[in-house]
Amino acid sequence: MNRLMVWLPLCIFAILVGFFFKGLSLNPNEQPSALIGQPFPVFGLTDLMTGERLTREQLPRQPYLLNVWASWCITCQVEHPYLTQLSKQMPVVGLNYKDTETAAKNWLAKLGDPYALQIFDPTGRLGLDLGVAGAPETFLVDSKGVIHLRIQGEVNDRVYAKKIQPVLETIQ
Amino acid sequence: MIPEIGHFALVLAFAVSICLAVFPLYGYLTSQDGFCATAKPLALMQGLALAVAFGVLMYGFLAHDFSVKYVADNSNLDLPWHFRMSAVWGAHEGSLLLWALILAFWGVAVALFSRGIPDHMSALVLSVMGMISVGFLAFMLFTSNPFVRILPFAPGNGADLNPLLQDPGLIFHPPMLYMGYVGLSVAFAFAMASLISGQLDATWARWSRPWTTVAWAFLTLGIALGSWWAYYELGWGGWWFWDPVENASLIPWLVATALMHSLAVTEKRGLFRSWTLLLAIAAFSLSLLGTFLVRSGVLTSVHAFANDPERGVFILGFLVIVIGGSLTLYALRAGKVSEPGEFGWISRESFLLFNNLVLTVMAVSVLLGTLYPLLVDAVGGGKVSVGPPFFNAVFVPLTAILISGMAFGPLAKWRQSDDPKLYRPLIITLIVSVLVGLGWPSLLAGSYSISTAIGVTMALWLAIATVVDFKKKVGLYGGLTTTLARVEKGMIGMWFAHFGLAVMILGVVMVENHTEHRDLRMGVGDAQRLGNYNVRMTDLAVINGPNYVADQATFEIYEDDQLFKTVTPQKRRYDASGMVMTEASIDSGLMRDLYIAMGEPLGDGDWAVRLSVKPFVDWIWAGAFLMGLGGFISIMDRRYRQKLEVKKDEASGEEAPA
Repeated sequence: MNRLMVWLPLCIFAILVGFFFKGLSLNPNEQPSALIGQPFPVFGLTDLMTGERLTREQLPRQPYLLNVWASWCITCQVEHPYLTQLSKQMPVVGLNYKDTETAAKNWLAKLGDPYALQIFDPTGRLGLDLGVAGAPETFLVDSKGVIHLRIQGEVNDRVYAKKIQPVLETIQ
Repeated sequence: MIPEIGHFALVLAFAVSICLAVFPLYGYLTSQDGFCATAKPLALMQGLALAVAFGVLMYGFLAHDFSVKYVADNSNLDLPWHFRMSAVWGAHEGSLLLWALILAFWGVAVALFSRGIPDHMSALVLSVMGMISVGFLAFMLFTSNPFVRILPFAPGNGADLNPLLQDPGLIFHPPMLYMGYVGLSVAFAFAMASLISGQLDATWARWSRPWTTVAWAFLTLGIALGSWWAYYELGWGGWWFWDPVENASLIPWLVATALMHSLAVTEKRGLFRSWTLLLAIAAFSLSLLGTFLVRSGVLTSVHAFANDPERGVFILGFLVIVIGGSLTLYALRAGKVSEPGEFGWISRESFLLFNNLVLTVMAVSVLLGTLYPLLVDAVGGGKVSVGPPFFNAVFVPLTAILISGMAFGPLAKWRQSDDPKLYRPLIITLIVSVLVGLGWPSLLAGSYSISTAIGVTMALWLAIATVVDFKKKVGLYGGLTTTLARVEKGMIGMWFAHFGLAVMILGVVMVENHTEHRDLRMGVGDAQRLGNYNVRMTDLAVINGPNYVADQATFEIYEDDQLFKTVTPQKRRYDASGMVMTEASIDSGLMRDLYIAMGEPLGDGDWAVRLSVKPFVDWIWAGAFLMGLGGFISIMDRRYRQKLEVKKDEASGEEAPA
């Protein structure tokens, strides 16, 4: 075989490694949301805890996080302590997604309820409007009700520092 | 205390693997036989240490030791004992341990069955395998230790094994697959050893052939088991999804298939030497790449269970060392390989080369299709996905080309084989195949489809051509029993494997073109006609399993108004994880499978139900089984045993004076 040709496999591999290294810092599961820059969708649901009617107008007038969760979701339990801590800095609105009332209430009674409001969405209708693929998902919404960020999966200090904080600084 | 024994054994194995990587190589480079001789005992010791570590982890699962984090994450008090055993390799850390154990097992096998090979050679082979082991054990100890404990407050119960994996398919699929993946490391190590020693003639091909074949056979069975498991467990009724992880196993399989055939040419004729070396490196490198793709989370997949970038960086570094190192050595040495001998344009060599190229093109296409989303994302092109249309468009025509090569190849002779008389039987077989193939769809498929006709024709042509080759050999040797006794076992293995591929293709063609499928809303009392069958839902009940609650529907299947079978598919909700799983009911048959799965509840006691009749679907796995069987038959050959016995005598003769 040609003296130069034998180096070809190594060169191809080197190029692939470059891509793989880049690929490690990308998340293949991250879906761009069509709702970025859009106002929060209109909805009419109830509050899980009080049973009162909730609409878009009741949502906070300052930047807040909307956290999509359910009692059947394991990762939601994992991120719950972090959200509890975060709720001291900014309001966290819960969206209880495709859940039952008793299961959701038991879950909150057991793990604590850091949520400013708790939108109860047992059929997942608001979830559908938000383009939710599964729980947990977290949206960052500004004081005018415009969605700025969508995070799929667990929220922790790494995600906060890398994703939430930079966007939060621009909208505050 | 007991988990610490396992942990200690793992650390010990790591230390031993470092010795195994260093001492024999040092001995070879400085010509000190004493250092070379450490290879075999070290390989055995490493195997023993890893067996202890593995045994301890399994004991942790059986004894419900939830103080071990890995056990707590992947087991549960209600989990049946056989799933607790297979749960050992049900997640990242444990499956790595299985990987390392199997690598050590192959090392032990090489140490025990390599008496016919010069000591310095087996020492180099084991040393290369030791280097791979160092990487894997370091990865485990530093990033993914299965013996990490939750102390002092161990949880009272575990989080349960992923319900998808609570299935007999999981007990066998990963070990088989790993036997194949890791088995390719032996051929890789032989290639590396011959590159290191500069002994680049055909001998390494003879030594590594049986190892490659047996690894290939395991890989074949492992992939087939995975496909079968996906078919009955995932609840979609598909048998292959072009999922990145499936592709990650298919790519090394294609390259290993090419390697097996290329090794035959290198051994028999001394040709394709540097090409065969490259294939041996590529086959194992692609297995490692598959591991990287699964473990690092760079691609989306149902199998990705460890999306941790730090682990990804570690594996990538390891890949760079192993693959980059071996390809550099290849580039430095393979340029000097001479290729003695020539072969005619039409000869067995040329057919094998042709099929090698087709298989390589297939492997590269699958690799590109799998990596394309990653490549596009890395250059900022956004999220794309490559689906079955791409893979089918590439695979179908390439398979057709491959089959014509497989029909001609076995009939061709080495060196020069352009006598048309040799290939005359193929013309008759082709005519028969075309006639049957054209008639097949109307006779057996229910509806006419030209792609079925072509596909069946190709499958039949390959099957009949294989039988013709077999009959020709029977004629040459005079009788069936003498043929089977005297012909090379590799030849019998080839007949099985080629025939198996024909069987498999027939299954694929029928399933892809003639599956009858309905998605329905059904409640108790509803009935639906499907082909010759009438399916009626007669009952809905809630069933309590050991660690799940299930909605179970009862269906009566009538064939020509006769009650033929009652089946009970389930929708299970697992207690610990809350995950919902579909248990499909499948009535398997030679000519068709009847597949019933429950979808979602639709209210008012109605359910979405999937009903399918899948013609010839079991032929896919039967064909794969025949292929794997062919691999195992090949290595029974007397040549491999004989050489062993002769050399054993020599060895004992040498040892006696000492």
